[in-house]
Amino acid sequence: MSILVDESTRLLVQGITGSEGSFHTQRCIEYGTNVVAGVTPGKGGSKHLGVPVFNTMEKAMVETGANASLMFVPPAFAADGILEAIDAGMPLIVCITEGIPVLDMVKVHRYLKGKTTRLIGPNCPGVMSPGKCKAGIMVGEIHLPGSVGVISRSGTLTYDVVSQLTSLGIGQSTCVGIGGDALPGSTFVDILKLFQADQDTKAVVLIGEIGGTMEQEAAEFISHKMTKPVVAFVAGSTAPPGKRMGHAGAIITGSAGKASEKIKALSQAGATIAPTPAEVGLTTKRVLDGL
Amino acid sequence: MKIHEYQAKVLLAQYGIPVPRGKVASTPTEAREVATEVGNKVAIKAQVYAGGRGKAGGINIANSPTEAKKAASQLIGTRLVTRQTGPEGVPVSEVLVEEASDVARELYLSVLVDGTSRLPVMMASEAGGMEIEEVAQSAPEKIFKSYIDPAIGFQPFQGRKLAYGMNLDGGQIGEATRLMANLYRLFVDKDCSLAEINPLVVTVDGKLLALDAKLSFDDNSLYRHKDIQGLHDREQEEPLEIQARDWGINNYVKMDGDIGCMVNGAGLAMAVNDLIQYCGGRAANFLDIGTLNNTDRVVNSFKMFVADPRIKAVLVNIFGGMARVDVIARGIVEAYQQMDIPFPVVIRLAGTNLEEGQHILAESGISFIRANDFYDGARKVVEAAKGAKK
Repeated sequence: MSILVDESTRLLVQGITGSEGSFHTQRCIEYGTNVVAGVTPGKGGSKHLGVPVFNTMEKAMVETGANASLMFVPPAFAADGILEAIDAGMPLIVCITEGIPVLDMVKVHRYLKGKTTRLIGPNCPGVMSPGKCKAGIMVGEIHLPGSVGVISRSGTLTYDVVSQLTSLGIGQSTCVGIGGDALPGSTFVDILKLFQADQDTKAVVLIGEIGGTMEQEAAEFISHKMTKPVVAFVAGSTAPPGKRMGHAGAIITGSAGKASEKIKALSQAGATIAPTPAEVGLTTKRVLDGL
Repeated sequence: MKIHEYQAKVLLAQYGIPVPRGKVASTPTEAREVATEVGNKVAIKAQVYAGGRGKAGGINIANSPTEAKKAASQLIGTRLVTRQTGPEGVPVSEVLVEEASDVARELYLSVLVDGTSRLPVMMASEAGGMEIEEVAQSAPEKIFKSYIDPAIGFQPFQGRKLAYGMNLDGGQIGEATRLMANLYRLFVDKDCSLAEINPLVVTVDGKLLALDAKLSFDDNSLYRHKDIQGLHDREQEEPLEIQARDWGINNYVKMDGDIGCMVNGAGLAMAVNDLIQYCGGRAANFLDIGTLNNTDRVVNSFKMFVADPRIKAVLVNIFGGMARVDVIARGIVEAYQQMDIPFPVVIRLAGTNLEEGQHILAESGISFIRANDFYDGARKVVEAAKGAKK
């Protein structure tokens, strides 16, 4: 099994006609994802990459039965696109867009309250259930179907970790990039809950980084609610305080934001800490061998 | 993005928040003129982005315009070293000359977005004048918070709760509540990431006054605030970081080592720096090259390394996803053609269009050290840097 996306996913792409939208939609289709609709205001009624394009989310969902949305809308318009998707009742939104203003996301989170929509991202590589569905921009070939769940705040570091796992013969149930922003739609805890409930996920790899307190909240959950083993790595041990390390969320503003504090919390919660980013695969193998 | 205190105070005043009378001066003569205008005792405050100015000698009191001129001349044109700067300090090219206030109490007030609740939060404390982190450690009961619902905005009851929390009384409650509502309005209108008044003082005659102010802005929203963009003072930034941005490399942070790093993706770039340290070396920078459509940023990254005399060796670690390995490889070859590369270069490539990328490097005949994986790359670059030192 897997979480969030699988063979039953009917993917809609918001911003399908843009250059990034086109490039990655094509790759999702090649991977075998069932892309049923695209939305670009003003381009409704046309076809793009063989996919019908609609002006509004509401119409696209009614006509195609889409049940997940992948977003490539530019940052200035992205929050509006997310709001439109929530309003249309989209169950899952995966937002790739990087650079959305924080206060726009505050509004989005306010609007999400009480709704059933799940938001992944923004500023993330997307969600991948190997062999079933790719809803994102990750490299398809490095993945292998299996039973390890992966959650990460980073994109390319996740690719490296996934390829370490795959080269050791360790497949993945689902890989979820929650994104590098300060206000992600879903947190580590949100996704840990899903992996804990997923029968076919045996263990979880969690890739955190400096900034915020999401890793500490994950540690809290792992210690009280998780029965499955968790392997963790936190990037940014050598990052200086007060400097934004690329991601909007990766900035040490208080002591809780430091890598050392996060590693301590995760370790005390019973997660196995990979000593280096290059040994996440091997650490996971040791944990799985011990099960 | 940060701005100077004097600019922050202009914005506060526009939003009806009381600030001391004063003006910025960029020469000692101007400082004297402002002091004459303001009258009596004035504070001369160095305008730098770093905190900790007071203890570092960046704030002085002058009792006359002549003293103000002298105090300004001792600051303008110097570099101020505070606990928040490196030993090289930051340049002082302007001072704020403002009326010195008779302070009865120092309070703390700020607005920021809380990552856990995903809501703006107004924080207040009667323990002003010190860093809020220190207060959180030593006296957490003195910090009061009100989470703000963005749909309805800041409400008077929230202001009263915080005002009473700061032990204000009488007419100060209403005054503080209005001040907080105005600060929240400024925070939202200008897309601030932090709006902090520390200290917010109560003067001996019972009035509230923003004695110091710090505003910073969400970089992602600057596109809709042309007025704010223009306030940025490049001189306050690290020269290598300014250079990087001018060359289109937005995610560059100077570190204190001697190994240059070029990586795609912020998480991977941090992890590369961590791994270099684990292998016994030190990174000279964090550099996330981002997604590329052309080779410019690769060539410019090499320009950065060549221009940086600290660099002993360079590690290129690319896991192609959105960024294509062949584009990176072509960029590296162009860099070798355009400049003398005086240090060893270790290259690890993986991901989208890997074979094509490797082919481009092999065909070019350039000299580099090939790494097979992440760990191998870090080990080899640390060795290369050590060898280069001899």
